[in-house]
Amino acid sequence: MAVTVERSIADKTCIVGVGETEYARHGGIADKSEFRLCLEAILKAAADAGIRPDEIDGFASFGYERPEPVLIQAALGIPEMRFSNMVWGAGGGGCAAAVMNAAIAVHAGLCRYACVYRSLCQGQYERYGHYRPRPRGGPHMAPFGLMSPAQMVALTTRRHMHLYGTTTEQFGIVAVTLRAHAQRNPRAVMRGKPLTLVEHARARMIADPFRLYDCCLETDGACAVIVTTPERARDLRIRPVRILAAAQASNPGWGLGPMGSHNMPIEDYASVNSRVLAGHLFAMAGLGPADIDVAQIYDAFTGIVVMALEDFGFCGRGEGGPFVAEGRLAWPDGGLPVNTAGGLLSEAYLHGLNLVIEGVRQMRGTSTAQVADARTCLVTSGGASGHKSALILGH
Amino acid sequence: MAYLPEGTPLPAADLDDSPYWEGCRRRELRIQRCADCGRFRHPPSPVCPACRSFGAEFVEVPGTGTVFTYTVAHHPVHPALKAAVPYNIAVVLLDGAGDVRLVSNVVDARPGEMAVGMRVRLRWEPTSDGSYLPRFEKA
Repeated sequence: MAVTVERSIADKTCIVGVGETEYARHGGIADKSEFRLCLEAILKAAADAGIRPDEIDGFASFGYERPEPVLIQAALGIPEMRFSNMVWGAGGGGCAAAVMNAAIAVHAGLCRYACVYRSLCQGQYERYGHYRPRPRGGPHMAPFGLMSPAQMVALTTRRHMHLYGTTTEQFGIVAVTLRAHAQRNPRAVMRGKPLTLVEHARARMIADPFRLYDCCLETDGACAVIVTTPERARDLRIRPVRILAAAQASNPGWGLGPMGSHNMPIEDYASVNSRVLAGHLFAMAGLGPADIDVAQIYDAFTGIVVMALEDFGFCGRGEGGPFVAEGRLAWPDGGLPVNTAGGLLSEAYLHGLNLVIEGVRQMRGTSTAQVADARTCLVTSGGASGHKSALILGH
Repeated sequence: MAYLPEGTPLPAADLDDSPYWEGCRRRELRIQRCADCGRFRHPPSPVCPACRSFGAEFVEVPGTGTVFTYTVAHHPVHPALKAAVPYNIAVVLLDGAGDVRLVSNVVDARPGEMAVGMRVRLRWEPTSDGSYLPRFEKA
């Protein structure tokens, strides 16, 4: 039977190794360069997979990653590098797409072990919450004071509140739930700092409706995963995590979305541009939202989580707020535990690759907030950026 | 005094959007429209996404509109804006220009006054480089 576009790489590849450095608030890692952290994460991922570092022969990243594969190859003494790949665009929307590209490369036989990596030390370079020149669309935003991702997503979130009656308390429930998950995770930057709804509501305003705890962390750290084929994985000591589906997409006319001039189609405006993506992703996996046991949803801002729940079909358009308010995201009993390591809001901001790693842990059964008998995990990538991407991982 | 202080980044025109900014310099709000099918688009782009025509004109629009969404920035993310917070950012759906929206500010609205659906009208504000920015005031 011919393989359809929808099923092309469904369940053809797997993740066999994950590696993470320590995570710290921006500026918290001053004695190790971002490049060194990148290399440490890759070596840890190789060790976790049980392969030699010189068996890695492919690299994929996203989000303007600084260390290029040729530099990593030279630094680690890797004899042959046969795949070097970077996803377009700022923002975390390219994260799952980088995993997808690694999967394509190993499935096609271009390389054997592809490493997806992200190193991001905001204390050593620029902070994402501060003004940065944006060559595309920037002149239509910055002169009017629209400069930070928090402000950009505040605009789409405010529209969602206007259309559907979504409330700031519902955003608070997202923040408090994910913070509670982080309390169990020794890697989480916000471990030891539980959060209440009252504290959320009293925190200083950043960009209305977002207060401090609606916004993700700015952190230092690096992480990496190793992708290969099931045939090679059979020779490794670790049980592989299946990549049931991987997809990248953008709705019509979206362009850069909130990071552009806010002229995306009106009917999609109060969304995270993942409607088309979700359709392709679930079609590839042959699954639907009801089949997902646990989810890692890109949570640069609380409002994005609410809108993503709608785009991925866990509830109807406009129902994300009530869905959250019912406690559905909470581990262990919410029904759809989300960001079980604390997410970008409370674990660390590794541009979403730490969400992939938590997805792997859930499928291995090793999360600090393990969902019992979890067999499927959705991982989404991207908040305010242009295109989006996502994975469905399998036990 | 301008709504946002000197030092806030100013527009930098490119080959695609220079007619728009040239209109602003003359205090004319000119939005790009496809010369073939008549569809408005913004920011300016080389080709019409509906009919793929490269023909375009920049048509002056009335300058009235509705606040489509907004935020109030309390945390300054640029050194020039430290004394300017809190300030509002509005996405204004323009009258007479299809579904085109401008990112701008409502210069006479206090933070608590901002609301989706608020009617606004154009108010040009001079810039330090001798041009004008399209801002809005309550209609």
